[in-house]
Amino acid sequence: MTGLIQLNGVNKYYGDYHALRDIDLTINEGEFFSLLGPSGCGKTTLLRTIAGFEGVSGGVVMIGGRDMAGVPANQRPTNMVFQSYAIFPHLTVAENVAFGLRKRPDIDKSTAVDAALDMVGLSGFGHRVAHALSGGQRQRVALARALILKPQVLLLDEPLSALDKKMREQMQVELMRLQRHIGITFILVTHDQEEALVMSDRIAVMFDGKIGQMDDPETLYRRPKTRLVAEFIGKMNFLDAMVKDADITVDVQGLGTCVIAPEQAPSGVTLGAGAVGIRPETLAILFDGETTDRETIQGTVAEVVYYGDMTYYDVTIAGIATPLNIAMKNLIGRPVLDVGDATTVVWDARSLVLLPAAA
Amino acid sequence: MTLRIYAIAYLVFLYAPIILLPLFAFNDATIIAFPLSGFTTEWFQQLMTTQALHRAAQNSLFIAVLTALLSTILGVCAARAGAMYDFPLKRGILGLVMIPLVLPEIIVAVSLLVVAVQIFDVGLSNWTVIAAHVLICTPFSIAILNGAFQNLDPAMEEAAMDLGESRWSAFRLVTLPLVMPGIIASMLIAFTISLDEFIIAFFLTGANPTMPVYIWGLLRFPASLPVVMALGTILVALSIALLTCAELLRRRGMARVGLKDKGGFI
Repeated sequence: MTGLIQLNGVNKYYGDYHALRDIDLTINEGEFFSLLGPSGCGKTTLLRTIAGFEGVSGGVVMIGGRDMAGVPANQRPTNMVFQSYAIFPHLTVAENVAFGLRKRPDIDKSTAVDAALDMVGLSGFGHRVAHALSGGQRQRVALARALILKPQVLLLDEPLSALDKKMREQMQVELMRLQRHIGITFILVTHDQEEALVMSDRIAVMFDGKIGQMDDPETLYRRPKTRLVAEFIGKMNFLDAMVKDADITVDVQGLGTCVIAPEQAPSGVTLGAGAVGIRPETLAILFDGETTDRETIQGTVAEVVYYGDMTYYDVTIAGIATPLNIAMKNLIGRPVLDVGDATTVVWDARSLVLLPAAA
Repeated sequence: MTLRIYAIAYLVFLYAPIILLPLFAFNDATIIAFPLSGFTTEWFQQLMTTQALHRAAQNSLFIAVLTALLSTILGVCAARAGAMYDFPLKRGILGLVMIPLVLPEIIVAVSLLVVAVQIFDVGLSNWTVIAAHVLICTPFSIAILNGAFQNLDPAMEEAAMDLGESRWSAFRLVTLPLVMPGIIASMLIAFTISLDEFIIAFFLTGANPTMPVYIWGLLRFPASLPVVMALGTILVALSIALLTCAELLRRRGMARVGLKDKGGFI
């Protein structure tokens, strides 16, 4: 299957600085795709090469089967929502939204503007001056302005980073709904892993100008291929491990020997030294009166971080250098433990993921 | 209390001489001295009928208008480049462009005289004055326009291009309206500087003097002093009006795009 957007061997240099390294990427029609990574990883540069604001130093960018080399931003079937929203402050909301229609006399202006404002929930805001809007409203105007041209691809450059937490969560849901409703491809750039997990069909995690891993959110979270990806997305405990045979019998530091399934080794199996990762919520503390048929191990509470709905414990276990981070739901009847309490930790070999040894 | 006295003394020192201008411009005596003898508009009437003065005024206006236009165009180019692009030696180049701001005018005047007469062998005319005035006004234009361009989000033009506009139409439709108050302020200030500039004009002016040079010529004849006072009165009024316009426009521009005022020229 050929995707709507295809990047083959894309490289980008700024002088000596290698901003994008051999990017291969296929994004399908109607997909909500995210580029996730820390600042400076090249995700925004990649978005801008798709938008046409940056040329590539090598490789091919195809959109809809057409080579985009030499095609400027104003002739690409993409529209962008900028991080700063770039709302034109000297124009009204309606004039902002209608801006792209200047070159499209075939579209009836007032109907299209009304429809676009309605779509983003800003009906009746058309006459307002742009600079008097709140952050969330500006973002909606930027969305309406980009979507009025019915692009094949909507590019979103950190669109939620300027909003407060409540507003951000609300807009995440709204953006997902909007994307499902109009069915066009969205490409989102974000440094917020939670945002990417919530919204995306697929995520490309980028480090240092390279794509570290590209998968759907669940695979990315449960089966990270590298330590870097595992560390960047969510929290992860890392334990030294020794792979003993090709059936993936693993000797895990402090926990003992167990056998894991092939899908728990997404980066492949190498005999010898390696590491395993365990998510905090796949470990558990056995409270008084609870029983388990899983593996258990004794430990001591070293740190308690109380979040209201959850409590995060650091538990020291003999034979493990760093305390294990364990996330517990504060269910009815469960006490919050204190530092120094002796405790029983429950673990399960099925939740381990085998990773290459730390470099 | 002492501070208030000091402030008042300072203001008197600053503005009292200027207040003398209208005082003697309407005084019914050829000698500039107190006590005042009576009210007259004769000096202004004399102004109206002096042909040489009209020619000087025309020269000055021509020079000031062209200087305002040219230095503002150069200022827009420099400010835009400084705000939106990175290039090698950017800081050094932008610094050098601002140097004429602190260069003594006499040095600019003498060196340009040498350049014009000795090297290029062009006759002195309004154009040599314009060239020199553009040189000293451009840094002011850049300083004013820098403010306008620094406030501008570089994504604005990109957003316009993303929505289908060409590079030029994006500049025209988005950037230009947003920096227009700065452009007008820059033109007004360059115009004012050029209009009353003396030293450079004195060195580089051709057969037709500019207004300040003409006024200097009048000073040799004591009888024409009240006429100079009348002329000075008009020029002061004009300068104040122009600077006020420039500042009002700057403030309105800030308010229009919803920015906080962070100080200006006035």
